[in-house]
Amino acid sequence: MNVLVCVKRVPSTGAKIVLTENQREIETRYLGFTVSPHEECAVEEAVRLVEARGGASVVLTLGPEVAVEQLRDSMALGIDRAILLETDGSEWDSMATAAAIVEAVRAQHDAGTDFDVLLFGNEAADTGGYQAPIRVAHALNLPCVSGIKSLEIKDGAAIAKREGPGGWEVFEVSLPAVFTVKEGINLPRYPSLPGRLKAKKKPVDRIEPQRNGGKLKMVKLMNPKEEVSQADVLGEGPGAAPKIVEILKEMGVV
Amino acid sequence: MILGLIEHDRGMLNEMSLEMLTFGRDLANRLNLPLEAVLIGEGANALAEGLQAYGVSKVHLVQHPRLDDYAPEAWAQSVVELIESEKPQAVMASGTDRGNEVLAYVGARTNLPMAANCTEVEPGDPYTVTRVRWGGSLLEEAHLTGEPKLLTVAPFMIPVEEGEAAGELVLNTVTPALDDKDFRVRVVERVKSTGDTVSLTDARVVVGGGRGVGSSEGFESLDELAALLEGAVGCSRAVTNQGWRPHADQIGQTGARIAPDLYIACGISGAIQHTVGCKGAKQILVINADPEAPILSKAGYAVIGDLHEVVPVLNAEIKKLKNQ
Repeated sequence: MNVLVCVKRVPSTGAKIVLTENQREIETRYLGFTVSPHEECAVEEAVRLVEARGGASVVLTLGPEVAVEQLRDSMALGIDRAILLETDGSEWDSMATAAAIVEAVRAQHDAGTDFDVLLFGNEAADTGGYQAPIRVAHALNLPCVSGIKSLEIKDGAAIAKREGPGGWEVFEVSLPAVFTVKEGINLPRYPSLPGRLKAKKKPVDRIEPQRNGGKLKMVKLMNPKEEVSQADVLGEGPGAAPKIVEILKEMGVV
Repeated sequence: MILGLIEHDRGMLNEMSLEMLTFGRDLANRLNLPLEAVLIGEGANALAEGLQAYGVSKVHLVQHPRLDDYAPEAWAQSVVELIESEKPQAVMASGTDRGNEVLAYVGARTNLPMAANCTEVEPGDPYTVTRVRWGGSLLEEAHLTGEPKLLTVAPFMIPVEEGEAAGELVLNTVTPALDDKDFRVRVVERVKSTGDTVSLTDARVVVGGGRGVGSSEGFESLDELAALLEGAVGCSRAVTNQGWRPHADQIGQTGARIAPDLYIACGISGAIQHTVGCKGAKQILVINADPEAPILSKAGYAVIGDLHEVVPVLNAEIKKLKNQ
């Protein structure tokens, strides 16, 4: 079974996001980078699928040269090889991103690799477009189950579950198929030192993708108006408990 | 006209659709265009009448023998056919799992862009939309092109308001041409959530624990507090990453969005990934040893102290009160 997992390099933000002066980017000078949280789980799922059934796992990202860092991180966890769709680092919208991924999947087919499972995160942590994987699935004429928290493979078919109104919704699709994963589907492993060393030697294909898109264009970024409240400090330590009870009574929750 | 996709689960309305209609009506009024809605599947017909109170003048009832349960591609194809026949200027849905999913398919099938989770829209060509990024910790102003404009409305951002449409409600029944491919992704089975505890998203009181709780055993006093207040226990991402609580308890950007009357945040510093998940809380009470923790700027009340000392005493006080 061959598995493709797509990830995106995003900054690790803390308690507040600081923007650059031109309001078009996040100030990342003092930030580290990671992949979106849902994608950490997608990578783990890809590694587990190939561990259980053989085949090859491939990680793909669209981004600047430095995004190789995230590809190596994924390979340190057990992914076999990587594809970098290298850009100048400017932002690509969902349509352009999806089109470039579709081209890369087709090129892999021409080179002899067909994917049975294509994994994405449910949405990118930064832009939150909620559509690139569905556009990829549509262009490749594959079924797509979004937001899954469980995936089982059985005789060329997949049973995927996601949270729905009042419980779990179960979907069954034939492979090949696209899945978007939500955090919680698994608990991702930590990289081992040998894993990190091996990752340095694993191959990274570099491709310069065609850019087709730009129909949803970012003009500027803004921090939302924060309602900063001045918390009423009820006291310090356990001595404040009676005061908390007063508040609970006032609110009618006790 | 402006077309809104009403989300429902086998006939049960998703209330987020009313936020979307409020947003859509405002846009329609500014453009002097009618607001229309689409209901997919016969099971939803009964919802049509209630939509007039939110400004809907016409409801398109999509009927098809196979549309008995949710199937994202079949829903999308139904909307695509309405786009072709009715030529709406904009099509919108709620920024929920299903709403974003269906409109993404509509975008893919029509080769049009889609703006997810908008909070504001300024009509024109292009539309200027404001949409949320980073789960709501950042906003983006963007230009959206396309005919029609496709967008979803960010949940919990638009207060629902009624605004009755004039005249008789018009019903238009349509049967789309759907094939097997449109039903290759569909719900084949449902599994009810087990347990009779209050769910995080429905609870009136949520007790949250963060890194400061220190271990899974550390949650015992929080569990007790939640039980005393008939609430639910939630946690931050740091906690699920440590394996102290299951992911289902996680509040935040990649977990649950909660909207309780009271959120009691214990040992939680307040990274944005967490605070976007509790924005809907009417009141926040913080129990934290660090008086500088960012979460304090979101709170109405705070107690500075170790949660392991404060919470057990609080539980004892509440029990005393209940025994009176």
